[in-house]
Amino acid sequence: MANHSTSTHSQFFQHHFVDAEQQFDAAKMGMWVFLVTEILFFGGLFAAYIVYRLWYPELFVMASEELNTLWGGVNTIVLIGSSLTVAMAIKSAQLNQKRNIAINLGITIALAAIFMVIKYFEWTHKFHLGIFPGEFYAFDGIDHPKANVFFSLYYLMTGLHGIHVVIGIGLMVWLLLRSMKGHFDSEYYTPVEITGLYWHLVDIIWIFLFPLFYLID
Amino acid sequence: MEALNDLLLPPAKSTLAHQTDTLFWFVHLSGLVLTIGLIGVLIYFVYKYRRKSEDEVTPLITHNNKLEVTWSVIPLIMVLIVFGWGYQVFMEQRVAPDDAYEINVTGQKWIWQFTYENGARTNGELHVPAGRPVKLIMSSNDVIHSFYVPDYRIKQDVVPGRYTELWFTAKETGESIVFCTEYCGTSHSDMTAQVIVHEEEEFDSWLADNAGGGSKPEDLAPAEWGEQLATEWACTTCHSTDGTSMTGPTWQGVFESEETLTDGSTVTVDENYLRESILEPSAKVVEGYPDVMNTYQGQLNDDQINAIIEYIKTLN
Amino acid sequence: MATAETNLKKIQVQRYEPESDPDQHYLNEETGLWAWLTTVDHKKIGLMYLASVTFFFFVGGIMALLVRTELWTPAKTFIEANTYNQIFTLHGAIMVFLFLVPSVPAALGNFFLPLQLGAKDVAFPRLNLLSYYLYVAGALIALISIVNGGIDTGWTFYTPYSSTTGGAVTIMTFGVFVIGFSSILTGVNFITTIHKMRAPGLSWDKLSLFCWSLYATSIIQILATPVLAITLALVGMERILGIGIFDPALGGDPVLYQHFFWFYSHPAVYIMIVPGFGIVSEVISTFSKKHIFGYWAIALSSLAIAFIGFLVWGHHMFVSGQASLASMVFSFLTFLVGIPTGIKMFNWTATLYKGSIRVASPLLYIFGFFFLFLVGGLTGIVLGSIALNVHLHDTYYVVAHFHFVMVGGMVMAFLAGVHYWWPKMTGRMYNETMAKISCVTIFIGFNVTFLPQFVMGSLGMPRRYFNYIEQFQIYHQISTVGSYILGIGFMMIFYYLIRSLYKGKKAEPNPWGSRALEWQVNSLPPLHNFHHTPVIINGPYDYHKPMDEFQLGLAENGHGHAPQHEAEVSSQEPTKAE
Repeated sequence: MANHSTSTHSQFFQHHFVDAEQQFDAAKMGMWVFLVTEILFFGGLFAAYIVYRLWYPELFVMASEELNTLWGGVNTIVLIGSSLTVAMAIKSAQLNQKRNIAINLGITIALAAIFMVIKYFEWTHKFHLGIFPGEFYAFDGIDHPKANVFFSLYYLMTGLHGIHVVIGIGLMVWLLLRSMKGHFDSEYYTPVEITGLYWHLVDIIWIFLFPLFYLID
Repeated sequence: MEALNDLLLPPAKSTLAHQTDTLFWFVHLSGLVLTIGLIGVLIYFVYKYRRKSEDEVTPLITHNNKLEVTWSVIPLIMVLIVFGWGYQVFMEQRVAPDDAYEINVTGQKWIWQFTYENGARTNGELHVPAGRPVKLIMSSNDVIHSFYVPDYRIKQDVVPGRYTELWFTAKETGESIVFCTEYCGTSHSDMTAQVIVHEEEEFDSWLADNAGGGSKPEDLAPAEWGEQLATEWACTTCHSTDGTSMTGPTWQGVFESEETLTDGSTVTVDENYLRESILEPSAKVVEGYPDVMNTYQGQLNDDQINAIIEYIKTLN
Repeated sequence: MATAETNLKKIQVQRYEPESDPDQHYLNEETGLWAWLTTVDHKKIGLMYLASVTFFFFVGGIMALLVRTELWTPAKTFIEANTYNQIFTLHGAIMVFLFLVPSVPAALGNFFLPLQLGAKDVAFPRLNLLSYYLYVAGALIALISIVNGGIDTGWTFYTPYSSTTGGAVTIMTFGVFVIGFSSILTGVNFITTIHKMRAPGLSWDKLSLFCWSLYATSIIQILATPVLAITLALVGMERILGIGIFDPALGGDPVLYQHFFWFYSHPAVYIMIVPGFGIVSEVISTFSKKHIFGYWAIALSSLAIAFIGFLVWGHHMFVSGQASLASMVFSFLTFLVGIPTGIKMFNWTATLYKGSIRVASPLLYIFGFFFLFLVGGLTGIVLGSIALNVHLHDTYYVVAHFHFVMVGGMVMAFLAGVHYWWPKMTGRMYNETMAKISCVTIFIGFNVTFLPQFVMGSLGMPRRYFNYIEQFQIYHQISTVGSYILGIGFMMIFYYLIRSLYKGKKAEPNPWGSRALEWQVNSLPPLHNFHHTPVIINGPYDYHKPMDEFQLGLAENGHGHAPQHEAEVSSQEPTKAE
């Protein structure tokens, strides 16, 4: 941030930092390090996915057909859109357009909510068919003895991702409230910036999940 | 060397065990030399450079590249030797010869079962011929176990849902203990077996005598046979015959007694209940005991079950 | 001091000399229970961790004594097999997750990392407090599992045993999951702190080796712990939903669990021991008054260990049925990880050369560490060799090996650290004679406990055995006697350290004559560590200058935090702070 102020007089400046720039840099770095952790956290599940796909490639092809590519695709676009709006919120903050921060955050929250609603309908549809995870699996449309493992992975990975989306929504609501109180401007927008980083990661993970589950051919 | 060997290692009773032992001593003795050397230098420095006054100023010695390289490269060479040597011994012990005699091994809580080519079955006793490679093909019925024969320096996990292998050649007749070394619950430490090594001909006749397995030896009364089976099938690992409460209820006085079940109902212990408990152990579990017993469906035949029930009756 | 370089900002500095027995310090500002529980001060959080890990060390220690007492005779001595299995599980889980992992980084690291960096606090003080409460919450959840049926899986939670056995495994794994997040957040905090909070003049080559070791540890924490978290979450899911990823009965693979588990748990071994290495460097340098030998070799070998440590997990699985090729690669990498560890040992020994050595109790503990860790490390080489591992895997040899590394290495280093920094943390000196006596007691007790375990292990005694064959009884009995000696040693430490709080002599700011930054502030540091941002002129191991030439600078003007600032001493007069 070339034009980032080094003011120490912001009300949100914490005394143990030398100046606001150090505070901003530290927060941003902390979030990056945390995101590395998140990648490893999902990485465990991706590793399990890879192992099972290598063992039962035909299962993944068969079971993937039960997933609705159209709605998965819509969700992908929705999430990419929300990544764009969160980036715009950060840009608005840098340009000191306080109103636009709130507007962009509001759109982001709405898109994230749409994502969750679509996810909800996808899951409940499967439950109606008897596709439950693990030992509760009761669907006979897939002729494969390990079909339950595929859906266990599906529910775990999309579920964990869904939890991250919900946490993201919570953070955005908090940011929205603060931005409406006028807390953020070009001098101080650290929370918007680091929540944006988090949100991009949530988006990227979905961009991996979508082809890995929906687009197997 | 032999005496030293006995101090730290069990007797080497397989043809390849001595390979492991030689490597064992090489690593330990070179480690000992390093330990004595390093600790010696440390003690010497501590004595020689002990503080004589509080305002001593020490010289600035930041590093010495020659020294750093030396004490990186020499240990590196040492460990590479140990690595290559260990790998070579391992591979030799891993690949069974083609003519190895195959025996199937099943691990389950808390018993080792062995099945031979002609259908002979034993529990807790592995009979093998001396001087001939024996290959074990192993699997588990429940959790992971591990088959360990210290005298042969061999060990292999026994995993449910897949087969693992192990082989050895016993040098001479005798007995060696088998331990389960993968923790498997309550009676993990009682899940032992004996390897019984016969001369080749003796083994063949033993095998012929036990062909088919599962029929009553003629010289035994049913209850006596039942007692034998109870030990052989490791029933007594969990069920005492003297009234002590172990993992399962004691057998002493159990026949025709009233037992309270986990669901609160009561049952009279009769032949049918005992039979059901052997074949479907989870159906009626006695209050206060964990539901951990395995089914013996397909393992014990009707004659054997009857014999065990006869034996339990004699314990009243 | 180079002044010609144009891109450096020059800062005027004054000399600084701390006052002994200061009126205002971190313990008498912001007092009261509520202030403690909500404090964001890294020092108070460090002390709360210290109290917590000590508590769990005693709980785990009592479990250990119960296990050893039960093993006095084969079969039942005084407890049932199932109870025994639960007790050794809890001993392992408590010691690993509640003591070893947080002890040095979270307790001593929290207290001394900002002090050694010349910072007022860690980068995220509130996150730091959250880490502590996550630790407490995780510990409480784990304790709930004890009263809720207990767990008998061993601390490794191997499937399918853990997914099918009774008891409170789900609660326990959830507790460990929460503790894992505490550990991750501490790692995030420390990495950011080391990168962003260093005082002016504190370039990477002046960073103390304790900070380097915490840096390496934090990297492992943030990379490995999330994998453990997800693995244990999967075990929980296995029990709740039967997802079948690890259970062969449902189509899963139990060996996959072992890969996942050891991918965390092997690096976790380095989470436990690497911070101990940092303490060794600090203490050896201080008590031999000597510049550390091979600074970069020691610093970078920590990072090398952290890196290679991620690639060796398969050496726990040589007999699990993994491919021979995989075993070969893992064995090879295991030997490579031994090299940087060896390099450290040699460098520490070389540091003593031409030093001015005073064998005070912290150094005595380090010597204990030296011998025990050497034995632990060399037996690790034995176990890394595949052929020997086949014979020794899951026997008492392995038990003895990791106790030599974890207790002999890590706990001795931790105790050295506690004794070394006790005056700074509490402002009091402990009884030196008692410290030495208990160090020797622990050393003897430890060897009596664990040397016989090497013998019975190589003779074939498997671990986690409630019952054993009679030929092993003599070794078990010697070991049990040793464990009581060890217990007495720890109780002595507890006694004289607590006593020192009331009766101990007041500590000078720098009782050991150390050059490290934390010793240049008052004993009982001020609430915010440094009233003025310190300027680092000398490195933490500059013992080649007499003490009167070695002083800490205080910035007179400007207070940039970037390490490229060059300091210049402007005043020769020592000034008192404030």
